[in-house]
Amino acid sequence: MLIDLVKQTRILMGMPVTLEVVDAAADDDSLLAEVFDYFQYVDDKFSTYKDTSEISRLNRGELKFANASQDMKLIFELAEQTRRESNGYFDIHHKDLIDPSGIVKGWAIYNAAEILRKKGFENFYVDAGGDIQACGKNAQGEKWRVGIRNPFNMDEIVKVLSVSDCGVATSGTYVRGQHIYNPLNPGQEITDIMSLTVIGPDVYEADRFATAAFAMGRSGIDFIEVLPGFEGYMIDRDKQATYTTGFARFVLNE
Amino acid sequence: MSRNRSNSSSNFSQTLKKLFLSAFVVFAFIAYAIHERLTNSSAGSTASAAPTSGASVDASGSSAGAPASNTASNAPSSNSSAQQAPASSSGSSTASGFKNGTYTGPTIDVNYGLVQVQATVQNGKIADVQFLQYPSDRRTSQQINAFAMPYLQQEAIQAQSANVNIISGATLTSEGFAMSLQSALASAH
Repeated sequence: MLIDLVKQTRILMGMPVTLEVVDAAADDDSLLAEVFDYFQYVDDKFSTYKDTSEISRLNRGELKFANASQDMKLIFELAEQTRRESNGYFDIHHKDLIDPSGIVKGWAIYNAAEILRKKGFENFYVDAGGDIQACGKNAQGEKWRVGIRNPFNMDEIVKVLSVSDCGVATSGTYVRGQHIYNPLNPGQEITDIMSLTVIGPDVYEADRFATAAFAMGRSGIDFIEVLPGFEGYMIDRDKQATYTTGFARFVLNE
Repeated sequence: MSRNRSNSSSNFSQTLKKLFLSAFVVFAFIAYAIHERLTNSSAGSTASAAPTSGASVDASGSSAGAPASNTASNAPSSNSSAQQAPASSSGSSTASGFKNGTYTGPTIDVNYGLVQVQATVQNGKIADVQFLQYPSDRRTSQQINAFAMPYLQQEAIQAQSANVNIISGATLTSEGFAMSLQSALASAH
């Protein structure tokens, strides 16, 4: 196997985005630039922090939805689908404004990974703010080792997963403070659980269901349990973890 | 992508079908338990009226967790007419509600495996329903079972070795990250 890996981190969409491609030539910087440029494109279109973004213009009423871009319409469609599949727990409408970041992030990481895949790469990962698409093997020829961060201690890892060709996403309150709310009961804070990590068929699926399930509070892990093809690891405020039936097969025991 | 979607939707309907089957089995058993109780009270007897083969009422109060086979072999057989329901039970009677004891339902082939449930009655109420047999060889079955059983496991979180490629955690915010980065850069001056 070719062990010329390329790895780079940039700050995009307000978070660290890291790419590592194991089977790329070490001097192939333009390859990663294209992927980073894609994240920049997504941020310019969907960031609610940017006045000039398409979503901001929609929210101010300067742009009619009928005239929105194809990607914008697609995101709305995906958000609506996720709202239905999560019994209303996933909702991009909040206080009369629309914030699609809960679906955009996983979608962007998925598409970024697709750019690499279409170029013929098989062994790489895309990590944006702790949500990960992991493909193939790492530089040692093993499955990718993904740590779950301790929500009580940022420097610590509480679980090591061994994954390949799937997505891992974590929702939580511990870094951003309260940023996920329960749309069915917006006044009630989600305080019972600290973080919920979901392993899914790809990062888009893992991310949207991690977000939706986190909004369900304690019963979110039950939702993941009965979702075919998904596993979850929930950490509550008493430092107790609850995990789904098939989760253990992803855990690396050293 | 679209192929996956249709696959998952047909999986879903399959899962739903199986779920209904499981629910039907559980409800059938509960209905049976209620039926048994009603039959008992109308007969005005505690022992001989139990419409089960090999059923007994142990006056000394055998433990609620006794396996069905033991109680069945110890039990004097009651010649009930309801032989088609091969459920066994053990327990002591109470004045109100169900009879206390453990009731084992028949093994039922539900197409994707065998299901057998056991109900425990305490103080005249159903205190617990457990699966003695359930199809667990396939993942789809486990997902159905998760509705009825406490499959989720728990542990106290524990620090692990940091020998990892990537770390999954809650997202750093724009503001939080920018602030942290700023202070980091400030100290770098």
